[in-house]
Amino acid sequence: MTPLKVPIDESTIRSLKVGDAVSISGTVYTGRDRVHKFLHDGGTLPQGLSLRGGIIYHCGPVVIQDADGQWKVTAAGPTTSIREEPYQAQIIRDLGLRAVIGKGGMGDQTLAACKEFGCVYLHAIGGAAQVLAECVTQVSNVYFREEFGSPEAIWELQIVNFPAVVTMDSHGRSLHAEVLQASQEALARHL
Amino acid sequence: MSQLQASLLDLIRRTSTEVPDDVNRAILDSLEREKKGTIAESALKIIDQNIGLAKQKSQPLCQDTGSILFYVDCPVGMDQLAFEEAAHAAVLEATQKGFLRQNSVNSLTGVNDGTNLGPGSPTLHFHQHRSETIAVRLVLKGGGCENVGAQYSLPHGPLKAGRDLPGCRKVILDAVLQAQGKGCGPGILGVCIGGDRSTSYEFSKKQFLRTLPDRNPDPALDELEQDVLNTANELGIGPMGFGGKTTLLGVKICAINRLPASFFVSVSYMCWAFRRHGVTLAPSGEITQWLY
Repeated sequence: MTPLKVPIDESTIRSLKVGDAVSISGTVYTGRDRVHKFLHDGGTLPQGLSLRGGIIYHCGPVVIQDADGQWKVTAAGPTTSIREEPYQAQIIRDLGLRAVIGKGGMGDQTLAACKEFGCVYLHAIGGAAQVLAECVTQVSNVYFREEFGSPEAIWELQIVNFPAVVTMDSHGRSLHAEVLQASQEALARHL
Repeated sequence: MSQLQASLLDLIRRTSTEVPDDVNRAILDSLEREKKGTIAESALKIIDQNIGLAKQKSQPLCQDTGSILFYVDCPVGMDQLAFEEAAHAAVLEATQKGFLRQNSVNSLTGVNDGTNLGPGSPTLHFHQHRSETIAVRLVLKGGGCENVGAQYSLPHGPLKAGRDLPGCRKVILDAVLQAQGKGCGPGILGVCIGGDRSTSYEFSKKQFLRTLPDRNPDPALDELEQDVLNTANELGIGPMGFGGKTTLLGVKICAINRLPASFFVSVSYMCWAFRRHGVTLAPSGEITQWLY
């Protein structure tokens, strides 16, 4: 498993290939439907917040506040990424993202942006909310919680050894496109 | 809290946090079969770990705790309205305790009031039977897999699928192909042939109440179930769509009557985090037996 430490430089991203298993540590930011539409429509990140060289995670975590006011993530699996396809390429470019974590894969525009700007799509295991929540060691901050609601907010999470697989790399390869084509051909042989 | 409400709360907790034994066994079998050292195998290992961790911590298997679907077999004369009130109270409490995510959104206003109660949530299907036993089965079905369900109207020109079992086979396999890994596979299919559109989907979901190793009593449907399962697993879609040997863990198909004018095939896809449990209840509301 390749360790990935955030922030990530371009040469590290370019060295990753479809099928590589990675283990991610450092800061990631959650962002799903509301965040992507907001940024795409011209919204800006709060003062001082930069995701350059960083990772956005398509996730609506379950987060609870304990008696001391500390946030704790109790379930944190990925949500379906393809809903962000209309926005993702622009956000990769504007924010300087090096990786997007999600599930189910994304489309051609995102794949092209990964190639042009040096970014990868990392597939986490859908449904594995408990294993992935265990990788979250700390909630450092939260942005837009009031405006977007808890699952849709930007949660700043510290993660350690978070497992994922490169399914779209920065060289134009997509495992999703390859599996689709191979399975179409296999099905044609069975009909 | 009434005894019935307490029992339903426990049913919700267990359904959200533990996969039933038959599904757990199927996942372990698929882990054995998958080629060692592949990303498909590692996906199944993480799934297996997640199942253990969720049970141990009594926390939701998946953060999307899904649509709440109750199937109730009840004695003639049981007060269904009282049962529904107890079920609503149990859902609210399960949400407050974190067994269910705040997961129900007003479709017009976008407001999520955090209760999981509202039109269509939860959904209760009552069925009377001539027995004193109350049997309650619960399915929690997440949105990712629900989104890849499909309904076909036969004949289907582009797929060259006619109004016969080979035609049904073609469209069911097309649903598997279109779903790829997006429904959090390896998945389980519930299929209904026939009916009107809504009844057909309803019966397709009821197939999820069957255990995975059971066999269809109708030989033709049994053959179709085995055929679709084996063929789907030769498509190479694999766990999470990563490629691999296990695309489906099970296929369950029923047939109901249709109008001469209609021929629907409805395919519901269930993710690996197959949340289904059931209990029988004494008249007092106490749990007498777990069904899965």
